[in-house]
Amino acid sequence: MSEPLDPRTDPDVDLRVPADRRELTVRPATVLGTIAAGGVLGALARAGLQHLAPHAPTGFPWATFGVNLSGCLLIGVLMATLAHVGGGHPLARPFLGVGVLGGFTTFSTYAVDVQQALVAGAPGTAVAYLAATLLGALVAVGLGDAATAALLRRRAAR
Amino acid sequence: MTVLLVALGAAVGAPLRYLTDRAVQSRHGSAFPWGTFTVNVIGSLLLGVLVGWPAGTAVGALLGTGFCGALTTYSTFSYETLRLVRGGHRLLALANALGSVAAGLAAACLGYALAG
Repeated sequence: MSEPLDPRTDPDVDLRVPADRRELTVRPATVLGTIAAGGVLGALARAGLQHLAPHAPTGFPWATFGVNLSGCLLIGVLMATLAHVGGGHPLARPFLGVGVLGGFTTFSTYAVDVQQALVAGAPGTAVAYLAATLLGALVAVGLGDAATAALLRRRAAR
Repeated sequence: MTVLLVALGAAVGAPLRYLTDRAVQSRHGSAFPWGTFTVNVIGSLLLGVLVGWPAGTAVGALLGTGFCGALTTYSTFSYETLRLVRGGHRLLALANALGSVAAGLAAACLGYALAG
């Protein structure tokens, strides 16, 4: 479990977190540049995996499915780690969370691939992909967060 | 060339997600993550247009894979849903999960239909 007092819902930017509220006033160019750099890395990794494992319109989009589930697992790991160290470096969340993982995972390709499977006459694939990504992503983020938090608590207690 | 176009699109899309999220979140007080919901629906609409048009390889790499891909996010969406559950907002979590998927799919269909 994360810290119960942590008000954060949004890992990109949560205005209830004072540090998030301030970060664009203090050094906007650094923060936005860091997010852009992370976003480029994440997007290129996603594009590379999609290129390696292309799918037919009626087929299951395994590459994007894997990208989104692993990205959700990793945001859980990242946010639990940052919460454990009290936020970490001020650019860690913008670079890794907003940039790399935000750029790596994609909602638009997910939605359009479901739509394309429907158009191609594969409603079974569309529904299976829609549900498997949603449920898989929620399990992955919960697992990443809970496992990391438990591991860090055990290490801290030693 | 494709790599550069994806990179360029993502370099704009990721910070624009952050800025849009900030702007939307500063305009309401509810616990519902409207900021991420907004970028995900807009990105799905735009990608639907690009696929229905259909855009060429270069435009697809720049605006589709790069820009729309980085503007939208599954990781932020899933983490917000988790945090809503943890914060006791189970109904909002359910509304976010089902509402985002339904709205994103509807936006993709609308974009595709508008372009076709």
